[in-house]
Parts: sequence; structure tokens; C-alpha cells
Amino acid sequence: MAAQAFDVVIVGTGPGGYVCAIRAAQLGLSVGVVEDDRPGGVCLNWGCIPTKALLRNAEVVHLLERAETFGITVQGMQADYAAAVQRSRGVADRMAKGVEFLFRKNKITLFPGTGVLRNRTTVEVKGTSGTETLEARRAVIVATGSEPKSLPNVTIDEKTVISSNGAVRNEAKPKSIIVIGAGAVGVEFADVYRSYGVEVTLLEALDRVVPIEDAEVSAQLARNLSRRGIQIKTGVKVSAVKAGGAGVVVETDGGKLEAEQVLMAVGRAARVKGVGLEPLGITLDRGFVKVSPTMETSVKGVYAIGDVAGPPLLAHKAMAEGVVAAEAIAGKSPRPVDYGNVPSCTYCRPQVASIGLTEAKARENGREVSVGKFPFTASGKAVAMAETDGFVKVVADKKTGEILGAHIIGPEATEIIHEFAVGRTLEATLEEIIHTIHAHPTLSEAALEATLAALGHAIHI
Amino acid sequence: MAVTKVQMPKLSEAMESGKIIKWLKNEGDRIQSGDILAEVETDKADVEMEAFGAGVLRKILVPAGEKAAVGALIGVIAEPNDDIGGLVSQAAGAAPAAPAAAKPSAPSEESRRPAAVPPQPRREDHAERSPSPSRGPDAPARAVAPAQPAVTASPAAGGAGDGRVKASPLARKIAAQSGVDLKLVHGSGPGGRIVRRDVEAAGTAPATAAATAAPQRAPAAPGVEFEDVPLTPMRATIAKRMPLSKAPVPHFYVTSEAPMDAAWALREELNGLEGQPKISVNDLVVRACAVALLKHPGVNASFQGESIRVFHRVHMGIAVALEEGLITPVLRDAHAKSLAQLAVESRDLAERARQRKLRTQELSGATFSISNLGMFDVADFSAIINPPEGAILAVGSVRKVPVVTDEGLGVGRRVALTLSCDHRVMDGAMGARFLQDVKRLLEEPLRLLV
Repeated sequence: MAAQAFDVVIVGTGPGGYVCAIRAAQLGLSVGVVEDDRPGGVCLNWGCIPTKALLRNAEVVHLLERAETFGITVQGMQADYAAAVQRSRGVADRMAKGVEFLFRKNKITLFPGTGVLRNRTTVEVKGTSGTETLEARRAVIVATGSEPKSLPNVTIDEKTVISSNGAVRNEAKPKSIIVIGAGAVGVEFADVYRSYGVEVTLLEALDRVVPIEDAEVSAQLARNLSRRGIQIKTGVKVSAVKAGGAGVVVETDGGKLEAEQVLMAVGRAARVKGVGLEPLGITLDRGFVKVSPTMETSVKGVYAIGDVAGPPLLAHKAMAEGVVAAEAIAGKSPRPVDYGNVPSCTYCRPQVASIGLTEAKARENGREVSVGKFPFTASGKAVAMAETDGFVKVVADKKTGEILGAHIIGPEATEIIHEFAVGRTLEATLEEIIHTIHAHPTLSEAALEATLAALGHAIHI
Repeated sequence: MAVTKVQMPKLSEAMESGKIIKWLKNEGDRIQSGDILAEVETDKADVEMEAFGAGVLRKILVPAGEKAAVGALIGVIAEPNDDIGGLVSQAAGAAPAAPAAAKPSAPSEESRRPAAVPPQPRREDHAERSPSPSRGPDAPARAVAPAQPAVTASPAAGGAGDGRVKASPLARKIAAQSGVDLKLVHGSGPGGRIVRRDVEAAGTAPATAAATAAPQRAPAAPGVEFEDVPLTPMRATIAKRMPLSKAPVPHFYVTSEAPMDAAWALREELNGLEGQPKISVNDLVVRACAVALLKHPGVNASFQGESIRVFHRVHMGIAVALEEGLITPVLRDAHAKSLAQLAVESRDLAERARQRKLRTQELSGATFSISNLGMFDVADFSAIINPPEGAILAVGSVRKVPVVTDEGLGVGRRVALTLSCDHRVMDGAMGARFLQDVKRLLEEPLRLLV
């Protein structure tokens, strides 16, 4: 069959790939995209979006459980987990269709199938209806994403040992589950399962939950999760996962644990195999494709974006990289992605969001810091909402007031964080934040107050 | 017929305001598109301002001698029966003079040209007419002129905080704490905004303050120890621009000496021909460089942050000394021009530079520059690169020196050539190979004629 030619051929339509495709189309390039699953990638179909739907369910359950707080009596409440998963699937379907619509709107051609680079301008697509060859006139973009990792000698069978892929699909909830890994994925599923009454044990090899976050945030989150009955064991090394007992037995350096299921949430690995990268001699770095600031790989004309191009493995980082790649290919001079200014968000309850350096990291870097903290217990809006767990913490350079980092745990933390993201992009200092009038009453006032606290004069505490 | 707004044009990248030197048309004059309306003084040069519409010059809003911000309405061209009342009254509130201390904001990377150079006496000697930058702010004394009114003082005057410098809050704070003058900092952020890294880079270059005020030693009134002479716009630009080259651009220098006996003889021969333009030593060097740059495009290149832009055409910047500083007009497509053409054009450029009659497009876009101090009996010197160019060649005097030949000791003519290179763009060997070719071309100057 004759090859079809496009300016840009993108392998993978996750948040990196589809955003890149749209941006390239906006810039007048013809774009072909290859997808072996559904448009939207892991994010829309199996990750970010469906888990947010499940977490919303968990939140509703939680609200109803404490309806008394609001003087509301609920009788005969039943939380149907299968219905929660079905709703989540519906949300994912709708978003995937949205991506298909955007492809049509931008005249982007979708090729279902597995894409393999044959050379630096040719992508072969093996689909259900045969093989097609796509020629890229300007660039090929590898946006193949990542997949869940396991521990050595532990096989994910998606039955008793599941990954997030299985967890997001399974309509049946286990009676008990051991979640291995207390990063964002582990904590979010622990939250969902616990809200639906599952006995949850959360294991973490490092010394605290959400270990990349500020230590005070970890401590606060651990308190909240424990209070809700999640068993947390940190500093625990898993040596083996075997069938047995109630379903599966996890052997650790602190003894054996058993549960009906194990959820492996120990991180994700780049999908670099079977894409045709090795024969082209594309350089990898610690398992990820090595890229330039314009997202070009070691092979000219071949770009990589998103999870496959390295950490942080976040959809919004992938989107930003997709834009940079598209603009670079179109001959513009995009500003490279600022990897030091990528917000990190965990949608458990209370939510966790951060940007920049933790207090410890800032000190480690030799910065003299001033820290301001403001608890949501002192926020009028949070009290009115009856969501007072958590705080906003600002880490600033003592001399210049540069905002080195911001760490939020609490209601809508993932929305509030952007004030600091914009501030950091504009190189605002503490003063610009405090001179910005914040509406009252809002949760964002806590950001203002924490900033004031860093300067030593918070008003409401 | 349409009403045409006459606005202060942006005549150089750095320009924020301009001063009307004089109007060449009066109110009521009929104007054709392309007519020269006025002469405008910018930080660089005096530039003629063209009309972009036809009609009658109905109104002059900014009289000669006053400044106006770039984009400000300075006049109106319209037909006699057009109503311009609204436009004029609207401008009356906003216009006429630019803020007294209109100051250059963050320079953008393209094209602020001059290099630091002492004011130089003009010479009759037309052989070499393009003197130029040497190191340092060692400006010799000059007669103290009565301080001009506010206008020329503008780039120096005005404290901080008038908001005209585009800089991030953090950059401002760091600048304040480290004593960096933001007016002298090159902004690399969006739209030339000065961000943290720019100030930090500038902070490592303490040259700024020293460069801004040229010390004056001329005898003033008895008993007066010193006098602060306001910076002319050109001096301010030089003062601002040079540290932006010397500090962030990692310079290295390659020096060679070229035998000039053959070139000298050829030049005398050429200049003996009737009806031919006079050729200077500098013209020979310009031609040699243009030819060599085509062969060594890596030297005809510019550092672009994430890439190196290699030029396929040679636009030659030729430094010209003026009383109050220097300017580097650009001789475009030098590689495609004969020696005679180069000679004619570069003389014209130098002449108009001295009269401050250069056109905007002649003030920027060089890919390589030459600076020649030959007429000052300078053995050799090195020049500061004009970013974003990647190199500049400093040319000394052609001197008679003892030379060792196969036959023994003789007398030869030699010229010292020092190439300043941006190490981000090229390495020593590349610079050396280029210089070698320049030397060979001068050594065998007939190659310059073919």
C-alpha cells in the first residue's frame, strides 16, 4: 500500500501526543497520529481522569457519612462500588470522544494500531485491518507514554496482584488490599478503597507517605489517612509477594501481611520497547528517551515527549512538552519547559499540591529560607465548608523573597497551587503575592496568609 | 483621502523615544508618501523620518527640540477638508513630550551596535577611515561643553522606579541588593523582560558603573575639581551595550600578523588608475574578510541560545569613530561586492555616519564586524564583540618592521590582525583557520580582485 505522508507523525495520543498534534495542526502542519488503545492515552482512559471520577465518588461517600455535621440525616445509604467504576468509565469514554472530536476539528488523521519507527521518517502502523506506512516530512514524535512497574519477581496478573490499570477497571472491590507504594497513585487508590469500606494497608519503602512532598505535608497526610483507618507502614521493604492466605501474602522486612489483593503502585516505566527506537540508535537515559530542550532525541527529526521522555511523569508536563515540540518543528522558538516549575498534585482527601522546592531541599541547596504556614482551621471559608484539615506552607528566600516552593494540603489544594505557579513564572516575590488582594472568603486566602506569615505578619492567626 | 497619523518611528531596537531635531516640512505643506518629514535624533544616530501617507501636513504636534516616545503622535497628514480635531485633541492630552527620563528598557538581543571607544580626532588621511573599538573606558579628555539641557541626560538621569525598565520583581530585588543597574542589563525574558538570570549574569560584570560616566579632566572654572558631563544618547548606549557583550560573551582572541607588502603595492597601483575609486587598506581587509567568511561560515555566525545561526551572506559591520562615540554601520552583502564597490560604499557609510545621516536599516544586521585603528599608529589591539555577532576583527596600523627572509634581514610591511571570538560559537582552531585565510588573501592580494 502506498505510504501516506504527513508533516508530522505522532506515535501515541496521550496528553503529550494529542496536545502536540493539535498545536502542530494549529501551526498549519498536517498531522497523522497512531494509537494502539483509545485516544487520550493512559491519562484520559486509565489514569488521571477516571481516578478523579472515583475520588469524587469517595468524596461524596465521605460527605454523606458525615451528613450529621450539617444537620442532615441520611438513612439507608448504600455506596455501590460497581456503579462508581461504571460512572468513572463513562467519564473516560466521554473524554476520549472529546479527543476524537478535537482530532476531527483540527483535521488530524487517526490511525488505530501499533506504531513502529522503521527509520527516522517512516512509521509503520500495524492495525486490525492490516499494515499502513506513514511518511513524516518534518518529524516523527514518540509519545508512547509509560506503564506500571512492578517489583523484581512480582508479576502483575491484574487479578490478585493488580496495577492501577486493573484497579481502575475492576467493578468488584476486594475486602482487603495492600497498596505497595505511597506516592500519588498508591495514596489515591488507598483513599478510594477505604472510602468504600475496604481494609487498606499502605506500604512505603521510604520513611513517609508522599515522599516527594514536603515532610510536614507527609506528616499531616499520614495523620489524616490513619484517622480514616488506613494502616500505614513506612520504611518497609517488600521481599516477596505470593499467593496464599486471604488471597495474597506480602513478605516484608517487618513480617508478613496478607490481603485479598495487592495493588502495585511503585512507579511507572517508559514504553520504549517495540517502538523501533533501538535500531535507530536513539539514546536512552535511565530507561527514558533522552531529549534536547526542544524535545528532539539523539536522532535528528525524531522527537519524544511525555512520560517516555522522562520524569516527572505527569500529564501536564507531557502537554507542555507537546507544545514545545510542535512549535519547534513548525520553526518557532518555543520557550523550553521549565521543569523546576511543574506543579505536583495528589487528589486524595485532603488534597496535596506543591510546586518548587520543599523546605528541606531549599536548605540543602544552601538557601537561607523564611517559611510561612497557615492552617485551614483559621480560614473562614474552610470552616464554613467543614474542611479544615491541612495548611498552606510557603518557602521563600530570606533575602529576596523569591518563592522557592509552596506546599498545600487541604481542600482544593490542587486549585490553589496555581497562584504560586503563576507567581513563580513571573518571578513574583512574597511582596507581590501580599499586594494582591485575595477575595474573601476563599480558600486562596490561606495562600495569602501563609505568604504573610513568611514575612512574619499573618493577620488571621 | 485617509488621515495619516505621523508617529515617532522606532528607528532602532533600543529606541524608546526620539527627539525631533527639525521639521523639514511645515504645516500646510503638501506631502507625498516617502517625503522626508523631519530629522530625528535617537540613541544611535540622526535619522531622516519618511512620510507614510500623502496629503497635507496639517498639524505638527511635537515641535523641534522636543522628545516624543516611540509611537507617540507627532503630526497629522490629511486633506485640507478632513476633520483632524479629534485626533489632535486626543493627542494633546497624551502627547507631546515623552517622559523626561525616557530610558532605554531592556535591550533586546539584536542590534545595539557600538563598541567602547574613545572619541577620536578626525583625520584627513582617507586611507583608513574606520577606526574603532579598543578595550576599556579610557576615554581621553575632551573639551567640556556646557551641559546640554535635559534631553541628552535622559539615559543617565532618572532614579529607579519610574517603571520604564521591564524587569521581574525578583530581578529588581536582586539588582537592588547587588547594586546592578537594571538599565544596563539585557533582558532575556518574554519581550525583553529582565529576569533573575539576567541580573545574576550582569552581577558578575562590575564594569557597568565605570563605563557610564566618562571622567573629564579639561580645565573648567578654577577651583572646580570635577564635573559630571551628562551622557549623550550614543555614549549611554555604548556604556550599556558593551558590558552586555564583554560579560556574557566569553571572548577569546587570536592574533596574527599579515605581510602587507604586496597589498600595499597593489593599492598604490590601483589608486594610480584614473577614474577608479580610492582603495584603503581597510577596504582590502573588508574584502579579504568577506571572501574568507564565505569559506568559514562558522565564523560568520551568531549564538542563539539553543542553536548557532550560521549566515550565508556577509553583512559587514564597519566601526566608524565619531566625536562622541562610535557607530558601526553595516555594509550589506559584502561577499558579493567588488573591491571598488566596497570602497565606494564603505566611504559613503562612514561619511554619512559622521553626518549622522544613516538610515535605520544601515544600523543593524551585521554578521561580522571590523574595527580598524590603523590611522592612530596602533600596533595591535583587541575589540569587543557586538552581540549577536560571533566575532570582530581588530586591525592595527600597517607598519614597516624588520623581517627575516631567506636572504637575511629586510624591511617589510606588516599589519596585526586580532580576531575576538565568541567561544560559544567557535573554537580557537576555527578562528585561527579563518585568520590564516585572511592573512593569505592579504599576502596574495590579487585574489581579492577575482
